[in-house]
Amino acid sequence: MKVLLQHVAHARSGDKGNICNIAVFAYTPALYPLLKSQLTEERFKAHYGGAIKGEVLRYEVDNLDALNFVAHGALGGGVSRSLCLDNYGKALSAAILGFEIEVPDALLGELRGRDLLQQEH
Amino acid sequence: MSKTIRIGSGAAWWGDRVEPAALNAERGQLDYLCFETMAEATVSAAQVRARRDPAFPGYDTYLDDRMRAVLPACMRQGTRIVSNQGWINPDGAAQRIVHWLRELGFRGVKIAAVNGSLITERVLQLTDRILENGEPTHTLAATLISAEAYLGAEQIAEALRQGAQIVVTGRVADPSIFMAPMMHEFGWDPLDHARVGAGNGIGHLLECGAQVTGGYFSDPGFKDVPDPWNFGFPIAEVEADGSAVITKVAGTGGAVTLQTVREQMLYEVHDPANYITPDVVVDFTTARLEEIGPDRVRVTNIGGKPRTATLKVSIGCTEGFIGEDMFFYAGPGALRRAQLARRILEERFRIVGLEAEEIRIDFLGINAIHGEATPADAPEPYEIAVRVAARTRTREEAVKVGREVDGMAVSGVAHTGKRVPHQDRTREVIGVWSSLVPREKVPATVNYFES
Repeated sequence: MKVLLQHVAHARSGDKGNICNIAVFAYTPALYPLLKSQLTEERFKAHYGGAIKGEVLRYEVDNLDALNFVAHGALGGGVSRSLCLDNYGKALSAAILGFEIEVPDALLGELRGRDLLQQEH
Repeated sequence: MSKTIRIGSGAAWWGDRVEPAALNAERGQLDYLCFETMAEATVSAAQVRARRDPAFPGYDTYLDDRMRAVLPACMRQGTRIVSNQGWINPDGAAQRIVHWLRELGFRGVKIAAVNGSLITERVLQLTDRILENGEPTHTLAATLISAEAYLGAEQIAEALRQGAQIVVTGRVADPSIFMAPMMHEFGWDPLDHARVGAGNGIGHLLECGAQVTGGYFSDPGFKDVPDPWNFGFPIAEVEADGSAVITKVAGTGGAVTLQTVREQMLYEVHDPANYITPDVVVDFTTARLEEIGPDRVRVTNIGGKPRTATLKVSIGCTEGFIGEDMFFYAGPGALRRAQLARRILEERFRIVGLEAEEIRIDFLGINAIHGEATPADAPEPYEIAVRVAARTRTREEAVKVGREVDGMAVSGVAHTGKRVPHQDRTREVIGVWSSLVPREKVPATVNYFES
């Protein structure tokens, strides 16, 4: 079934200049391949709409069950120039938790926050 | 048993809480307590303030609070302190610490001030290109406020070798503040990139304080941590090979788990195999994490590669102003009224001829935080704040934002909630650019003081 990414992974964003990195971590090792195959650079960038002006690079960090997305031009010119209230982009990582990801039935037991799945559907 | 040193965090940024630092000093059984108090624009902002306010001493504005909170316990227990609270005046910070030590009755304590990171006068000669846009750095000449190189751990370690009980610095790379004690205690060669890399990786885990002990982490229903109002700041128990156990004072809130540690491991990291610091290039892709007990995560095998020939330089420049204000709607139809208010403001900005590089009118409650990443079908909230911001070349233009928001009070839309302006609604923009400088061109110097 399709679920929101928040059931599969957690995420954290950090700033450097006008670049935001958003690291996405599978909750369990069994869920990590789903991230790798479905959360591509293209889909990641598309999910953020126009909020990411430049290119997105994806680093696979297998030892941490993580993907690190480096989004160029995501911070409105950088912390001090940005007109965004969240000028550090600390809240940007939450947006990707709304990405829809397909989870095979065999892995549904691995999901977090399962009691919330019903009301999301 | 082989030697282990305990390094604790006292601050992760300028505005960080002071109570966990005091707790780490009292109950952390620390060999070292380290403070990170700077952000990208800290130095430039301090320079601007120093020009306007001759009484501004140029170091961390919370230096007094932090030192008064930790000095008694640190001096009693022999905990040494490494801190970047010197900002643009490490000597002044050291002298202020001398003042507090004497006040508290601690005499004969040696304090080191590490200078040398400020290179404003030389930066245009020493650097070539701006990293962000490839332009020559001399294009910044007219707007330059301040430039500083990110120094590494070597001079701090040297000061510790000279017997300094407290080392206060200007700009130093954040992980280096926490790694310097390891370099000193274990006698690491600065070019031993394997150990220095591992140690810098541990420094990176500590530099953001509570972000590795459950801060910036809680997500109810998904990632819950106990007592999130009472986070302990992290402590690393480091061994001579640069491996460490990340933990915190027992009884504090938050958690140290595989999840909290790996989130912090990639925080502000781009290529995880090549995290460049002044001391070394860190490789996080070899790291192994293991939960060995409650709130105890063992971190081994962080890799290191030889350091680069250059140091990063931050260049702060005046870049104009931002004008900003907000007003409010609530109840049925709040969004419709907010949309009409936006239309009115757009027209009025044209009428008054606002000259702006960028204008942003957000609906706080809908799209002010995620902007263009907001889903089109986001539900309409009960309350909305209309938040207006514009970046301009001059303060006179920036002022127009607040003045037109004022006009919304009686010349706007029904049911407009508005604050009476009680603070300056404009602020100066200090743009930060980066470049590289050959490391041998930026020698650090150390001055010593005694209480």
